[in-house]
Amino acid sequence: MDASRPVVRANALTKRYGAIAAVDGVSFAVNQGECFGFLGPNGAGKTTTMKMVYCVLPPTSGDLHVLDMDVRAHARDIKARIGVVTQDNTLDSALSVRENLMIFARYFDLPWGEAGRRADELLDFVALGDRAKDKVEQLSGGMRRRLMVARALVPRPDMLILDEPTTGLDPQARQLTWEKLRQLKRTGVTQILTTHYMEEAAALCDRIVIMDQGRIAAEGAPAALVRAHVGREVVELRGIGADGPGRAVLERVLKAAGDLAEAHEVHTDFLLIYTTDGEGLLHRIREQGLDVEAATLRRATLEDVFLKLTGRMLRE
Amino acid sequence: MVLFSPKGAFLFWQRNAFIFRRIFPESLAFNFLEPVIYLLAMGLGLGAYISTIAGLPYVVFVATGLVSTTAMFGATLECTYNAYVQMYYEKAYDAVITTPLGVEDVVVGEILWGATRSVFYGTAFLIVITVFGIVRSPLALLIPVLFMISGLMFSVIAMIFTAVTPSIDYFSFYLAVFITPMFMFSGVFFPLDALPAWVSTAAWLTPLSHVVNLSRALALGTPQVRHLWDLVWMLAVTAALFPVPIALMRRRLIK
Repeated sequence: MDASRPVVRANALTKRYGAIAAVDGVSFAVNQGECFGFLGPNGAGKTTTMKMVYCVLPPTSGDLHVLDMDVRAHARDIKARIGVVTQDNTLDSALSVRENLMIFARYFDLPWGEAGRRADELLDFVALGDRAKDKVEQLSGGMRRRLMVARALVPRPDMLILDEPTTGLDPQARQLTWEKLRQLKRTGVTQILTTHYMEEAAALCDRIVIMDQGRIAAEGAPAALVRAHVGREVVELRGIGADGPGRAVLERVLKAAGDLAEAHEVHTDFLLIYTTDGEGLLHRIREQGLDVEAATLRRATLEDVFLKLTGRMLRE
Repeated sequence: MVLFSPKGAFLFWQRNAFIFRRIFPESLAFNFLEPVIYLLAMGLGLGAYISTIAGLPYVVFVATGLVSTTAMFGATLECTYNAYVQMYYEKAYDAVITTPLGVEDVVVGEILWGATRSVFYGTAFLIVITVFGIVRSPLALLIPVLFMISGLMFSVIAMIFTAVTPSIDYFSFYLAVFITPMFMFSGVFFPLDALPAWVSTAAWLTPLSHVVNLSRALALGTPQVRHLWDLVWMLAVTAALFPVPIALMRRRLIK
């Protein structure tokens, strides 16, 4: 395959359920060798988009090419060359850790001998070599997730699709999973992932899209998105908000900040001010002798972009 | 679309066979236990009151029919409870359809496995009644082939129900409304020709009656031309229904 052509090309991709569009005309391209992230609140359409890419859901309309093949005509050929880590663990509880990989290898038509060799090699890669004979139930959550990753690697895929690879894992397990994914990326495996964790997207992804209500709200490199949407720094002022005693102070704080505030968000009990000069802004507020319960200056993160673009309403 | 890949179906069948291998010795032991209990109960219990039926010792009459119901249960339990657990609780189907296999292959593989279990269960029973001297003809060697066909038939029917059932609790409904009446009124325990004509007409419409006719004829060495119709009936129904569970399961899993 031509390395300069995108591995995934989606154009006006749509999935409808009756009147509801779960994915509403999204277009994106994933390049060879990159890690591409989908962020978005629950119900934004991330998983539906993934399922269309790994060919278990047919699109309602629009174009979708994976590895230069149309998903509508070449599902089996595409699936033979990609690895999928679904949101739920789908391991066989009746089988041992090693057998899980061997049986999966058979689905890709690998002979038993080769299936066994590949199982051993992948178990070593995800640091589960000493658990080969255990049943899946004996594994911790992090181990099961790593086994899912190992299983996705069985066909030596050109592309790996990971739907929330580290949700529910403890920090150690998450770090180890990230390390393995970065290691794979160095070997040239293209990755597409969805996540709720901004630090995960920042740590792994070259480019991300933020989805909301079936559409793409923003696209770009994580750092560039932060710069473009929220600037460099954030001053967070606790106790000043739309409710309570801080309310009186709100107007005066914003006035003091003046042109140093590029944008701001008022919440019930705190205020966020986006700025490129946080020190200067804090200095001005102190000069005015304003009664601020707690002020923090921090770097702007992807989470700020995310919340700014998708709002703070709970999505369930 | 109901096109499946024979290779894909075989690979899913192989997965089930691989898992079954673990529990093989135990489950086979139970397969032998069940017919022995039936034979003791029917032969010693009822057989003490009923000496002959349709010109046969009662135990011979019952055993040559029961062998078919054992095969039926093998396919039915596999394609109802076991298949549902794999699909819904274990999410095995969700895993498999991310590989080159499709939903169609999974469904056909499951049906083939149901038929395979049917042959195991039925043949275990057949061996036991052969040891007890009930089988009278070498034509009985064809009975496992019969169970492959009837196993496919019962697996297809069970998979149709599995594809539409709202929850695992509804399988008891399937057993109570479909399987148990069939078990009772397919000529296993008493000949149907003694009953009002409409009963035997109704029985002719049930799948099990044809399997019982054939298994008894083969075990006793008394096949006649009319038994060909039983075979044709089974093949026709199986072929006609075969695409249905595939289409329904696609609708259930691909949303």
